[in-house]
Amino acid sequence: MTLATERQPSSEVGVQAAEPSFLEIRDLKMYFPVTEGTVHQKVVAHVKAVDGISFSIARGETLGLVGESGCGKTTVGRCILQLERSTDGQILFKGRDLTQLDQKALVPVREKIQVIFQDPYSSLNPRMKIGSMLAEPMRVHGIIKDPKQRQARVNELLSVCGLDPKFSDRYPHEMSGGQRQRVGIARALALNPEFIICDEAVSALDVSIQAQVINLLEDLRRQFNLTYLFIAHDLSVVRHISDRVAVMYLGNLVELAGGDELFDRPTHPYTRALLDAVPIPDPEVESHRAHKVLQGEVPSPMNPPSGCVFHPRCPLAVDSCRVSVPQGREISPGHWVACSQV
Amino acid sequence: MPKLLEVKNLKTQFFTSAGVVRAVDDVSYDVEEGETLAVVGESGCGKSVSAMSILRLIPWPPGKVVGGTIHFMGEDLLTVSEDEIRTIRGRKISMVFQEPMTSLNPVLSIGLQLTETMQHHLGLSLEAANKRAVELLARVGIADPERRLDQYPHHLSGGMRQRVMIALALSCDPKLIIADEPTTALDVTIQAQILELMKELTRELGVALIVITHNLGIVARYADRVNVMYAGKMIEMGQAKQIYHDPLHPYTLGLLASVPRMDQPRGERLVPIIGQPPDLTRLDDGCAFRARCRFAIDRCSNEIPSLQETGDGHSVACWRANEIRDLRAAS
Repeated sequence: MTLATERQPSSEVGVQAAEPSFLEIRDLKMYFPVTEGTVHQKVVAHVKAVDGISFSIARGETLGLVGESGCGKTTVGRCILQLERSTDGQILFKGRDLTQLDQKALVPVREKIQVIFQDPYSSLNPRMKIGSMLAEPMRVHGIIKDPKQRQARVNELLSVCGLDPKFSDRYPHEMSGGQRQRVGIARALALNPEFIICDEAVSALDVSIQAQVINLLEDLRRQFNLTYLFIAHDLSVVRHISDRVAVMYLGNLVELAGGDELFDRPTHPYTRALLDAVPIPDPEVESHRAHKVLQGEVPSPMNPPSGCVFHPRCPLAVDSCRVSVPQGREISPGHWVACSQV
Repeated sequence: MPKLLEVKNLKTQFFTSAGVVRAVDDVSYDVEEGETLAVVGESGCGKSVSAMSILRLIPWPPGKVVGGTIHFMGEDLLTVSEDEIRTIRGRKISMVFQEPMTSLNPVLSIGLQLTETMQHHLGLSLEAANKRAVELLARVGIADPERRLDQYPHHLSGGMRQRVMIALALSCDPKLIIADEPTTALDVTIQAQILELMKELTRELGVALIVITHNLGIVARYADRVNVMYAGKMIEMGQAKQIYHDPLHPYTLGLLASVPRMDQPRGERLVPIIGQPPDLTRLDDGCAFRARCRFAIDRCSNEIPSLQETGDGHSVACWRANEIRDLRAAS
């Protein structure tokens, strides 16, 4: 199912698009082959991690991408970064299709698109000092050739991210999780990017530290006019930070809307179930909430259900859902949903 | 009525090359029969260690319970013999761990892991244990339980494994279950399934539950009472409603302000707690939270506040506890 989202975000989400399509994903598919045999490998099946999704992001906007493990949200990010070569579809970054570019042509694009990973422990090289870690991308891309100026820039990056420049001489193991994540953010900023993919960037942090890092990301966005794709499973965080939110299930986009609209009027039964499942930190509110628990588990993306992929768990499913793939439609300006029953 | 579990002045320390880590530092609390108690706090605050100490599961070296008493149904668990504690672990007190993949044995079938415990603790025959295993698996919502007995953990999804863990924890009719981050590794819809299941089963069977978690939403939905831990100490305890609606410790206040809530207007700036948690090897004679505290005064650097009851089962360890309501309203 495909959500055609060529539309610009509506003004209700408070984002004015300067350019019509900063990033546009069209019918993106990423199938990973499953092989059998060790010497003579043959492809026996495909894992349909991303199965034809479309959306766009305007400059300066934060698009939240939510879904449960294995829904393909990280794969979407990796395809945009060209860490995976997608099976089919287009990824238009400022009008250029990244899927058509070779490695050499991608180098200048990589300066503009950066990533912050989830785990601040495994995403930093344990044998590198923080300073050289931040200077390396500048050296590789030839941004600042003079080592002294590079060090000055490293110090600037550290202070922008709320770290003392003395951290430049330290190794990752000397820092806490929150500090490491700030290093990950500083590294993403090193090349003056325009677009940052935050892949579960705050999920591994404790709540009090998480709030610090969320605020930092919001400040940086304003300061450097950044655009974020914020991939996360924590809906309260996504709701807080995103202008618009896309919901994925088993490789498909099921709903996309402005933040207020999606959380106030969730329409797809999966989105509704997701929102119901998030507990609110207030016992009074919780005691008055009906807890409708979604039954069953996410099926294997190797052998997804026919028709609408959500039908085996869907409380609204009818016979036709087993057969026909629902098409995305716009139920109100900027609010897209892929379900035939709502 | 006597308490089911009474922990008094518990101290657990780890003797490492970097110094002595005071992971649990003079902690006292109790659990009543059939209630759900949540222990909340951030990583490294000692919440898991305090629970592991109850079952004497702290590995020595480097860890050791160095003081205190843990009374459970009239016995001090810290002084009973190793044989006796083995009759309590898994029988009267059982545990559900965070990571169901690492806490189930990957090379033993689900059936064997369930029946082994029941044969050992309840003296059931293999046949009877098998029968009960099937009932338990059905009870925790696993379809086709007979077939599952012959399967191995890798055949099951994360949610299913956690259901097996719960079946295992319930298998010997315990009085108390300690669940350490039982749903942290699971997706939200599965998390909701598992928590509903635990709530339903503990209510129905009258089992008391200690849930250790960092998720304030889960606590609000499921807990009767809440203990908040910081740097190895209990800093606030009370009914869930008291903790959420009338938080008296600046740390609790800060925690509640730093989580985005689904029921509040979007886009409001979060108020984080500044700084980092302290190094537990370098605690001094002041309140461990003072460096991050908005309301710290001179006294906080010189004396450690102890937990004081403010009425109605609500206690807090803060020198400014009496003023906190005004300070809270002003900020």
